[in-house]
Amino acid sequence: MNFATKVLHGTSCFDPVTGASSVPIYQASTFHQADLECPGRYDYARSGNPTRQALEEAIAVLEGGVRGFAFASGMAAISSVFMLFSSGDHVIVAEDVYGGTFRFLTKVLSRMGIGVTFVDATRVEQVTAAITPATKGIYLETPSNPTLKVTDLAAVCRMAKQHELLVIVDNTFLTPYYQRPLELGADVVIHSATKFIGGHSDVVAGLAVTKDAALGDQLYMIQNGMGAILGAQDSWLVMRGLKTLKARLDVGTRSADHIAHWLAEHPAVSRVYYTGLHSHEGHHVQERQASGHGAVLSFDVGSRERAKAIFDQVKLPIVAVSLGAVETILSYPVAMSHASMPVEEREKRGITDGLIRLSAGLEDTEDLVQDLAQALDSLPPFEHKINEKKTFSRA
Amino acid sequence: MHLETKLVQTGVGRDENTGAINFPVYFATAYRHPGMGQSTGFDYTRTANPTRAILEEAIATAESGDSGFACASGMAAIHTVMGLFSQGDHVLVSLDLYGGTYRLFEQVLTRYGLAFTYVDLRDASAVRTAIRSQTRAIFVETPTNPLMQITDIRLIAQIAKEHGLLTIVDNTFMTPYCQRPLELGADIVLHSGTKYLGGHNDVLAGLIVSKGAELSEKLKFLHNTIGAVLGPQDSWLLIRGLKTLALRMERHQANAWAVAQRLKDHAAVAEVFYPGLQDHTGYLTQLEQASGFSGMVSFRVRSAEQVPVILQNLQVISFAESLGGVESLCTYPATQTHADIPQEIRAYVGVCDRLLRLSVGIEHPDDLIEDLTQALDASLVAGGTVR
Repeated sequence: MNFATKVLHGTSCFDPVTGASSVPIYQASTFHQADLECPGRYDYARSGNPTRQALEEAIAVLEGGVRGFAFASGMAAISSVFMLFSSGDHVIVAEDVYGGTFRFLTKVLSRMGIGVTFVDATRVEQVTAAITPATKGIYLETPSNPTLKVTDLAAVCRMAKQHELLVIVDNTFLTPYYQRPLELGADVVIHSATKFIGGHSDVVAGLAVTKDAALGDQLYMIQNGMGAILGAQDSWLVMRGLKTLKARLDVGTRSADHIAHWLAEHPAVSRVYYTGLHSHEGHHVQERQASGHGAVLSFDVGSRERAKAIFDQVKLPIVAVSLGAVETILSYPVAMSHASMPVEEREKRGITDGLIRLSAGLEDTEDLVQDLAQALDSLPPFEHKINEKKTFSRA
Repeated sequence: MHLETKLVQTGVGRDENTGAINFPVYFATAYRHPGMGQSTGFDYTRTANPTRAILEEAIATAESGDSGFACASGMAAIHTVMGLFSQGDHVLVSLDLYGGTYRLFEQVLTRYGLAFTYVDLRDASAVRTAIRSQTRAIFVETPTNPLMQITDIRLIAQIAKEHGLLTIVDNTFMTPYCQRPLELGADIVLHSGTKYLGGHNDVLAGLIVSKGAELSEKLKFLHNTIGAVLGPQDSWLLIRGLKTLALRMERHQANAWAVAQRLKDHAAVAEVFYPGLQDHTGYLTQLEQASGFSGMVSFRVRSAEQVPVILQNLQVISFAESLGGVESLCTYPATQTHADIPQEIRAYVGVCDRLLRLSVGIEHPDDLIEDLTQALDASLVAGGTVR
């Protein structure tokens, strides 16, 4: 079954009792037990809710895994998955992870005795070099947020297998439509479903999928034990969003690609980050492991003042935290998604004061370009336009 | 203003745009910033959501605390609070305790180097003896689940203060309508909002209330960072539940008292645990620190063989796991709520296989008593062997 069909018919998406075309919202916290000796399928909604379960099954099928889990937020999914590790364990993490993940790892998990080493995961040899006898897992984001660095998933997973390490991939930016990390060898996939999967800026949710049943059992124990589950109404909203995932991403990606190429030529922009550009360092790996480049791009206008001028003058995009919505969202990573990262860490990752992240929505592409053009045209042109290839070339 | 009034008025007058009596459900995840470096006070829903904020403010006010935090479930609330502690820290915990809390502590948090000692918190000297140099907090359930043991919150909070420890109270069974632990010296109050606060067996939620600016700041950080937050629709359902909390608690309590009296008199019942009964060991402490007894009643039958007969014969009362809703529920702790506690510990604490827990709903008390009576009668006839 092709993805576009699978997203609608991959799981039994209708109500078995009434035939209703949409799974009902079971706003029930508990379930009557008919027989003490034979417990029913559902007993308490934290342990299992039919609406949430429909979503969990759907994401497991789409990611090609065996078991899915829905959490209260992307961070709840991430913090729950990290509970697979124990005190004394060590995890290797891609250095430009989302600021919220960075904050959780350095401010909460570190106090629980879990060691973390941040590496440039685009270089497999750096990941390998960071392995210690205590290392139990590798945590990746690809493309990374917000500079869209690409990690070769199959290469890292191959290496991880040799060292018996668990590979966890945050697949928020691409979704299973474009990239399925479990098929490339990863063990756990995570989503902030608040983004493309929900897709409407109207629900905060997290998802996780495991490749095998034993790991699924472990994560189930943690999900039920810690209780950071997704509510029934929110589960239903995410499922509703999922139905149009492919259609939305097709449009958003086409716009992002067009805008990225246009920005790359604009004199007021010093640098564009988008894996669909041939000049992007990770372009070829991305073409190999994913079927699309996604709807997110970043660009640098050089300084805080210039960035502010853009934010003040754009009319269409929502200036906000978040991404992956039907509306185009313009974010300022330095003050938003990566505010919780110390300045020196931020700058090391290219998250400069002039960096702007754009998540292309479903508006008309020309309207978006025109709006960006009127904002950018007010800026003086750049004297030293940076060619991505020059500064980013591999040693 | 009285608590009843405050609860009913939750969110009223807060929607300035339309004047809607009921505060709207804000499904937005992101908020348009007026410009760079400017914020409406809402940036991203995990950090703050307008609907959730109304709920958080209401529970903080009801519990006489400074800050409220709404979580995805009661367990998410407990887990978030435990994020205050670090590897090597030690916490004293009520010996009789909800099984889910025990599971989180023993099967998840011990792997992170946290240590827990379970103590009968009714025994002050046992509490003092159990305190170590690494102890950081005392975690109190009162009444305990399911044995309804009453802990003197003031006394525990005082011991905690002497040793520089936090006092954390799970106030799920009592709700702020009957008991306000922060007024008795506790630092943090926890709720499974799924129970009495929601009150309709239709929403899963957890709440945290803290006292003091520094502690509130730390919890705000953890709430946002761990991200186990409550969704807007669920927040709204909880607000809706809070409005009738006082009415419901009065009825739960009156019904529970009537049911407890009837159970005491029935030949199939060996023991009844309800803090509203004058012969309950914690009765006086309860009178001292709470303004009510709530609607939870546990009882021991005479033999384990009676249990399946009772559960099968109940008609009005549902055999289900949970409590605090308008509908009456009967739970069998040994295989449901406390299944994750090892059998020998359960037996030692008293959560044996003859124990049943009732969450008495707001039906007519005569119907509940009639239902229980016929089920208990049947258990005498069928399950038979009265020891």
